[in-house]
Amino acid sequence: MVPAFSLNGVIVEFNNQPVLDIGELVFDDRIIHAVIGPSGAGKSTLLRVLNMLQKPTQGSVTYFGNPLPYNGANSLAARRSMSMVFQTPAMFSGNVYDNVALGLRLRDVKTKEVRAKVFQALETVGLTDLTKRSAATLSGGEAQRIALARALVVNPRVLLLDEPTANLDPGNVTIIEDVIKRIPHETGITIIIVTHNLYQAKRLSQQAVFLNKGKIVESSSTDEIFNNPKAQETKLFVSGEMVY
Amino acid sequence: METLYSSMLSIVKLILSGDKALYEIILLSLKVSIAATTIGMLLGIPFGTLMGMYRFPGRQVVVIIIYTLMGLPPVLAGVIIYLLLSAKGPLGELQLLFTPTAMVTAQVLLVTPIITGLTMVAVRGKEKLYLETAVSMGASRLQAAWLVIREAKAGIMAAIVTAFGRAIAEVGAVMLVGGNIEHVTRVMTTSIILETRKGNFDLALSLGLVLLAISFMINGFLVAGVLKYLQRGEQY
Ligand SMILES: Nc1ncnc2c1ncn2[C@@H]1O[C@H](COP(=O)(O)OP(=O)(O)OP(=O)(O)O)[C@@H](O)[C@H]1O
Ligand SMILES: [Mg+2]
Repeated sequence: MVPAFSLNGVIVEFNNQPVLDIGELVFDDRIIHAVIGPSGAGKSTLLRVLNMLQKPTQGSVTYFGNPLPYNGANSLAARRSMSMVFQTPAMFSGNVYDNVALGLRLRDVKTKEVRAKVFQALETVGLTDLTKRSAATLSGGEAQRIALARALVVNPRVLLLDEPTANLDPGNVTIIEDVIKRIPHETGITIIIVTHNLYQAKRLSQQAVFLNKGKIVESSSTDEIFNNPKAQETKLFVSGEMVY
Repeated sequence: METLYSSMLSIVKLILSGDKALYEIILLSLKVSIAATTIGMLLGIPFGTLMGMYRFPGRQVVVIIIYTLMGLPPVLAGVIIYLLLSAKGPLGELQLLFTPTAMVTAQVLLVTPIITGLTMVAVRGKEKLYLETAVSMGASRLQAAWLVIREAKAGIMAAIVTAFGRAIAEVGAVMLVGGNIEHVTRVMTTSIILETRKGNFDLALSLGLVLLAISFMINGFLVAGVLKYLQRGEQY
């Protein structure tokens, strides 16, 4: 099977300082991947590279076998085939309905279909009663769930999630995790989830990447990473003993 | 004070009686300022949005030029347009000097930098978060720019209102290139100057108050109308 993403020699520098330096990394299709690592490891930067928001300083990324088009005519189509939930989602002014509908409207989906899809997405995250609320008045946790609905509504081929449950209470974490777990089976998409929560990574993912200081320390099946880590750093991190 | 009162009264009477000369200058004032502001918006909002959204080498210099032009003295704008349009000027053949078109042109020169600069500031600060969110959600370049403009609407509104206020209250440029010709290029501000010179201070002041009242109404219309347009979304 062609992998969703394949990275080769990707380096991202800010002010000539490398914050991401990835030799080789492959994200297989139709499964859930977890990206774990301490704060500042480069996890969000990695997702931004995959979402074409950050062009690598060096290296190449392929997307289902073709070069990821950071600009040019093909980049819009590639972007419209994926969705990302940001670490701190920004809501556009207007109500919740308009925010969830936006991705569909940008893709010129017919108004009738928009309505049905928006309500379905809101139902998925359990927030149908918020349709008419001004998006500016949402709580952090509500905004995160709306952002997930906004990402799901366009039926993406790839879903990139940056700490999607960071602001949620345990009950809602379970709801969202259930949603995430169901998605690949129901729609056959690839999910890459960045999380600080190691238990969440264990519960959700089949593959895991451990990033530290911009470099891949270990990348394998989730089971291997947590139960039989190769690197000393990984051992310390997954046991919660890593000091950083 | 008594004469002020009586001239205010006579102005009100003139307005109510539909005095042709008065309506002529009010209408011309509105036409010129609205035309100049509209052209300024068409030029300044896209340019300001681009300036707010994108970084490029030499941007700083362009920003400084815009800020400087925001404070362009109206008389200087008038002189520039005067020289361009005068019989011996490069555009003299068009015979536009002392016409409302010349007045609009001079005012466009004044309001475009204001709209550009204030739009740029309104867009900057919003642009990173909303531009990235829009792009990530699948917006084309144009769609993303429109979404950013919508988020910056309060600031862009202020830009439009400021520009319109500048245009309708301005006298130096319209006097120079318009010439304050009765029935042709006489507007409210040039009338006020004329009446003041003739010693009709009360009439001048009353005209000024009418100008303010009109500004108030136009701004109300702008704020309500444009905001509504920008907030419009397909309802379900
Ligand atoms: N635009 C930028 N300019 C300069 N430095 C940046 C920029 N974006 C990120 N960095 C730096 O790159 C490093 C990696 O950032 P990144 O956001 O990817 O970390 P992260 O792993 O997502 O951390 P967290 O878990 O705290 O979200 C950090 O040191 C950060 O300060
Ligand atoms: Mg992060």
